Amino acid sequence: MTKYILKRIGMALLTLLIITFLLFLLVRIMPGNPFPSERMSADQIANKRAEMGLDDPIHIQFFRYLGGVLQGDFGKGTSLYNGAPIKTVLSTAISNSFRIGGMAILLGTFVGLVLGITAALHKGKFLDGFCTVFSILGVCVPSYVFLIFLQYTFSFRIPFFPYFFDPTRFAFSAVIPSVSLSLFTMSTIARFTRNEMVEVFDSDYVRLAEAKGMYGRELVTKHVLRNALIPIVTVLAPLVVDLLTGALVVEKIYGINGIGKLMVDAIAGEGIDYNYVLALGILYSALYIGIMLVVDLLYGVLDPRIRVTAKVREA
Amino acid sequence: MSEAQNTILDIRNLDISFKTNAGVIHAIRGANIDLCKGETIAVVGESGSGKSVTMKAVMGLLDSNATVNSGEIIYNYVDASGKKQSVDLLKMPKKQLRQQINGQRIAMVFQDPMTSLDPTMTIGKQIMEGMFLHKNMSKEAARARAIELLELVGIPEAEKRFKNYPHQLSGGMRQRVVIAIALSADPDILICDEPTTALDVTIQARILELIMDIQKKMGLSVIYITHDLGVVAKVADYVLVMYAGKVVEIGNVNDIFYDPRHPYTWGLLSAMPDLDTDDDRLYSIPGSPPNLLHEPKGDAFAARNPFAMVIDEKAEPPMFEISRTHRAATWLLHPDAPKIEMPPELKARIKRAQKEAEKYL
Repeated sequence: MTKYILKRIGMALLTLLIITFLLFLLVRIMPGNPFPSERMSADQIANKRAEMGLDDPIHIQFFRYLGGVLQGDFGKGTSLYNGAPIKTVLSTAISNSFRIGGMAILLGTFVGLVLGITAALHKGKFLDGFCTVFSILGVCVPSYVFLIFLQYTFSFRIPFFPYFFDPTRFAFSAVIPSVSLSLFTMSTIARFTRNEMVEVFDSDYVRLAEAKGMYGRELVTKHVLRNALIPIVTVLAPLVVDLLTGALVVEKIYGINGIGKLMVDAIAGEGIDYNYVLALGILYSALYIGIMLVVDLLYGVLDPRIRVTAKVREA
Repeated sequence: MSEAQNTILDIRNLDISFKTNAGVIHAIRGANIDLCKGETIAVVGESGSGKSVTMKAVMGLLDSNATVNSGEIIYNYVDASGKKQSVDLLKMPKKQLRQQINGQRIAMVFQDPMTSLDPTMTIGKQIMEGMFLHKNMSKEAARARAIELLELVGIPEAEKRFKNYPHQLSGGMRQRVVIAIALSADPDILICDEPTTALDVTIQARILELIMDIQKKMGLSVIYITHDLGVVAKVADYVLVMYAGKVVEIGNVNDIFYDPRHPYTWGLLSAMPDLDTDDDRLYSIPGSPPNLLHEPKGDAFAARNPFAMVIDEKAEPPMFEISRTHRAATWLLHPDAPKIEMPPELKARIKRAQKEAEKYL
């Protein structure tokens, strides 16, 4: 098992290295200028390029960059924040996005599971219909629409929550973005949980458990939930990454200095900030790869059929 | 089927219909089945004849779109204090049925061992569950009993297998586990819903022998649901032939195999190949079972019956008694009906079979 985990981690790191290289190449190929060129003369740009080593051959640039990254140094922004170290800017953004995203994940998963289980247990009845309508709404309506709606209702009409994000009152001002971000996850999880549970309820092994004399809560907790949860983990993983990395539009509208907003600024600013785009790209990839690794290992815990063992399968 | 005192399960005039998108399907139309203590009965018939639905009704496992229109399923048992009890399973609330009957008194072995075990739970735990539910056993006692059961159903290295998950076992082994689960709370009645259909032929005989062996050891009454007449001949005391939601012929094994009276039973027997079948084509009953969305008028088998008479289109035949053990529902048995013999090929085959059987007497 340890060997398997180590192998998987090794693969993950290798994948990340390849992605870093590709990102590095793509950023260099991208049309546009890394500097706010309208405010700079040709000489200034040439100086800046030389200073940042952008005129060196690309492989030298790459290894220099990689060396920095390995030491935790992502360089400086080429156009954003007057060249402040990316590490500092990024850690604030990560902290904001992760906290808001994390709250959205917890809320979405918990309420989603409750809704899905309720719907499955009342299949075909009113509650099932209610949950279905709710899930369809939650999946179809983009989160920023909810955000604007909540902002209008609970900040403007009823001035209870802050109108814009306020880092000094973090918990309080995180409510509106977290709730609006959680709705998509909530609906997806609710729909999946319901469908999986209904399927498991129809399965032969639940029939057998009933024939054994099991019913009600015991049947659900011992046989239905665990089997229904396995596929839900798969759906949850990409949702987690999406939420952690912040929602571009939600962060922009609510004025949150998060990863999403940083990404928009890095690409759509005066110049394309090479180093920010790269750092964020690596961060996204690392998160995806990391979460997928966790999910794969979690599968083994949940589903004995996938568990890797040294034992030979006997007939 | 013999003395009424010994009847352990008595299904009377069971009538079940299903609501579907296409309409109401009248799946069971007055089935009567009774089972005596220690006896083995086999319910045979084509797919859709209602054999599984009837047994699901006994277990309280009917799908939610099923309605029981009438009938009763009387279960007679001796309770803990030694008193004789008699309950109608259809009137029991689900919770009570699960707590007092399912597993503990009436257990079931399902058709497909590949899907009937929970893939995320060790087989040991799945066997012990029944004991925890009904017997209030301690963990150690349940474990010991589960290992004993695994040995009883012929699983080698039971101690080691106890911790296995279902996917680590073959189909035959899994069916043995399903049987062990069914036996875990010492039931009186074992319902086997096509227990060998999903298994390969070499394993089939062994599973059947196992069930018969256990039946003797534990004094079980067994109901087989099957469409395999070979299984029936091997295991059953009595045979019930079902067609379109009704029992059309009842008899002991000799009655059904050597002296069948219902044209449907003739068809079933003719459709079973034997070593001497020299026809180029294997016989099959023409047509298909009636669509129970539209209730057939008269005898449900009339449309496929080459011997059908005018009355078959008009009225349903009652059960005619042929002997003390043998009854069939066909107008051909009416005293006024023309005398019709079973098809000559079948007759020849039964003669061959009888001769074959005599060799072993």
